Amino acid sequence: MWSYTLRRLLATIPTLLAVITLSYILVHSAPGGPFDNEKQVSAAVLANLQAKYHLDLPPWQQYLYYLNNLIHGDLGASFRYADWSVNDLVAAALPVSLAIGGTAMLIAFVVGVALGIAAALRQNSMADYGVMLVGNLGSVIPSFVMGPVLVLVFALWLHWLPAGGWDNFAPQFMVLPVALLTLINVATIARVMRGSLIEVLHSNFIRTARAKGLPTRVVVMRHALKPALLPVISVIGPLAISSITAALVTETIFSLPGIGKLIVNGAGNRDYTLVLGLVVLITVLAVVLNLLVDLAYAALDPKIRY
Amino acid sequence: MAANEKLIEVDDLSVKFATPDGEVTAVNGLSFGLERGQTFGIVGESGSGKSQSMLALMGLLAINGRASGRALFNGEDLLSMPANLLNRIRGNRIAMIFQDPMTSLNPYLTVERQMTEVLELHKGLTRRSALTLAISTLEQVRIPDAARRIRMYPHEFSGGMRQRIMIAMALLCQPDLLIADEPTTALDVTVQAQTMALLRDLQRDFGTAIILITHDLGVVAGLCDQVMVLYGGRIMEQGSAESIFYRPTHPYTLGLLGAVPKLDHEGERLLAIPGVPPNMAHLPAGCPFSERCTFATERCATERPALTPFGPQGDVLRACHREVIEIAREAERVLP
Amino acid sequence: MLFFSRRKTLLDQLAQAAPHGRSLWADARARFMRNKAAVVSLVLLLLIGAACIVGPAVLPHSFDSADWDSMSLPPTLKNMHWWGTDESGRDLLVRCLVGGRISLMVGLLATLASVAIGIAWGATAGFIGGKVDAFMMRIVDMMYAIPYLLIAILLVTILGREFYLVVIAITAFSWMDMARVVRGQTLSLRSMEFVEAARSIGVPTRRIIFSHIVPNLLGVVVIYTTVTVPSVILTESVLSFLGLGIQEPMTSWGVLIEDGTSVMEVSPWMLLFPGALLSMTLYCFNFIGDGLRDALDPKER
Repeated sequence: MWSYTLRRLLATIPTLLAVITLSYILVHSAPGGPFDNEKQVSAAVLANLQAKYHLDLPPWQQYLYYLNNLIHGDLGASFRYADWSVNDLVAAALPVSLAIGGTAMLIAFVVGVALGIAAALRQNSMADYGVMLVGNLGSVIPSFVMGPVLVLVFALWLHWLPAGGWDNFAPQFMVLPVALLTLINVATIARVMRGSLIEVLHSNFIRTARAKGLPTRVVVMRHALKPALLPVISVIGPLAISSITAALVTETIFSLPGIGKLIVNGAGNRDYTLVLGLVVLITVLAVVLNLLVDLAYAALDPKIRY
Repeated sequence: MAANEKLIEVDDLSVKFATPDGEVTAVNGLSFGLERGQTFGIVGESGSGKSQSMLALMGLLAINGRASGRALFNGEDLLSMPANLLNRIRGNRIAMIFQDPMTSLNPYLTVERQMTEVLELHKGLTRRSALTLAISTLEQVRIPDAARRIRMYPHEFSGGMRQRIMIAMALLCQPDLLIADEPTTALDVTVQAQTMALLRDLQRDFGTAIILITHDLGVVAGLCDQVMVLYGGRIMEQGSAESIFYRPTHPYTLGLLGAVPKLDHEGERLLAIPGVPPNMAHLPAGCPFSERCTFATERCATERPALTPFGPQGDVLRACHREVIEIAREAERVLP
Repeated sequence: MLFFSRRKTLLDQLAQAAPHGRSLWADARARFMRNKAAVVSLVLLLLIGAACIVGPAVLPHSFDSADWDSMSLPPTLKNMHWWGTDESGRDLLVRCLVGGRISLMVGLLATLASVAIGIAWGATAGFIGGKVDAFMMRIVDMMYAIPYLLIAILLVTILGREFYLVVIAITAFSWMDMARVVRGQTLSLRSMEFVEAARSIGVPTRRIIFSHIVPNLLGVVVIYTTVTVPSVILTESVLSFLGLGIQEPMTSWGVLIEDGTSVMEVSPWMLLFPGALLSMTLYCFNFIGDGLRDALDPKER
């Protein structure tokens, strides 16, 4: 199992390197950007850039220094803000995003799996069609339409919750964002779970389990659930990564001081180095997430053990 | 209970499936009886309904399948039993093993789990005693090093061993009846012989009644007391193994016998039955075999032959319009 | 004697006994037509498309004309502002249709480009096989691991928000599904028994490719195209919503939704109409995609 982990870890390095290099080169070539000699920045910012990126050295040396910084966890300096490094900005924003995203993913998983099982066991009944319909709706209506609608209904019309903002993890500001992210993910998870469970229930080994006289509850929970969860697990990876995308939208709609907002503002401000640092950070996170999903998959499936 | 000796008595069993193209009758009016310790072979091609009939008994039909008729097991009708009562019988008094051991065992659970759960459920054993009994049963089906191997996963065993595990799993509760659905079809020839020998020995040791489903007459020869030949969902011929083999009275049985390769008759051509398997959605009005039967007449295609008894004790049943003497004459000519 | 007459009748029967020998396409079309949701979606989609193309020419208002005595109107019959107006008096219906043109056009262009790249990539990898295939698929895996929106944002930040750049940025991350699927099909088709059988009885390679491989490829290509289109439209909408996509004076559904969000407290219709339009379009594509998938590759459930 450990050698498998190690091997998967090593396999991620080319991807990381490719993304980092590509992004770096892109930023390097930006006209008016941090590596352009014609940039217009304040003296303080210039000093920061000089220190972090070693702008007076030949390009390939700059690149190596950059990689070195990354390995030491230094994401660089901001192109617009003199007082904060990228690390500072991230440290403030990451907990917010993780809190919202993590909670939403957890709830979505539990509810989605339960709904999927319920629908699979009552195939083609009204309950099944209901779940499928809501499932389809949830995964098709874009987050940036559903979000404002939620705000419209719950904040502006009913006045139950604030329309946005943040106050140090106070729950009322977390409810709507978490609800939005959950709705988006629950749909997909329920649909995959339902499809996968229906398929597993047609397997020969389920027929054997039933032929042994096992009650339906046991057949489903002990025999069918593990193989049926495998596709769900493998969809969690991409879902989690698309949650990062969803975070961009969610944090914009609800004005949350998270990583997503940081990127969007950075892009709007043309704060190149900030966006670069964030892209690198998020790619690393995405790659780690993928790895975790692969490991979870291998843990569940005894046939993939090297 | 009446003085009914029969372990299982099937009466006019039919199985119909609802398909987008209409209702398809896969099994049509099967009747037979089996006593304790007897072995019964159901022979037929793919699509003859042989598997579906037994799946109906076990309550394992697909959702669009419907069984009618009666199947009395120890006096109780299996076909009208609610699921929770059926669960007490399945795996316990009646066990079933399937054709493909590769996919019939759960690849995500250890062999141990798949075996102990049967004992925990039906015999109320603790995990520990269930494990002991499971290991000893594995040893009885000649799995070497059973105590260590039982903790492994199915994919770590060979095909023949997997089938033996399935057999062991089926016999854990010492059932009265074992239904074996083409148990050797997916195995190599040498392993086939071993597996059949194992079944024979176990039947002798445990006294279990066996219903063996197969398309291979050779497999039936060694094991079964009574044989039923199916085609197109209907019984063509039914009787003792001896009479079926040595005194066939139906053209289809004759065809099947002619197609069995014999090791001691070299160089003889195998007689294939001409034609293709029947389309179960569009069967002829008469005998289902009429389209391929070399003895068929106009009457055979339009009028379905009834299952009539034959022989001094009337113990052979046949569904054919032609006279036995004609079939017998051909049998003498064709079979060694 | 009996044997010969029997045989002739049997052959006759076999000849007649192929009652539903339809070709693959006729079969698929019949199955698709049976799927009511898919058919309704197709009709709706065509209606929306037609409205976007023809509508702005036919309707009384143009998309940027400010009607100063009809500002911020809810849906009304006054001045034929059936879907209402924004705070500058611009008619919402026309703007939605014009925005639809842009969204659908971006969708179409980016999809065509992605499909072309995907097929080329996948077929090459599948056909050549071996190390080349492994390498090409590694690249695909790497692309999957990257959160595409981020790179799209990066590209747009650096290169700007011209229309064609937006299309390029979206295309760059939408071709992988098609590539993967085409490669899979090519690989399995190449070694499939009927290809070997055809070759062994002397069917020329060109005919093999056109009668056997292309029809099978066509199926998955069609299916995944209908999956790619909504994903591309969605990507453009998200970018535009975040202010990083289509720029003024052009508009798209994403832009309209973003505008609508900022005034939704007083003018909720500004958000709801474009939002519903976008959602419905995506919904229709989903059903059509499902219908096509079932029609071309049915599994008995």
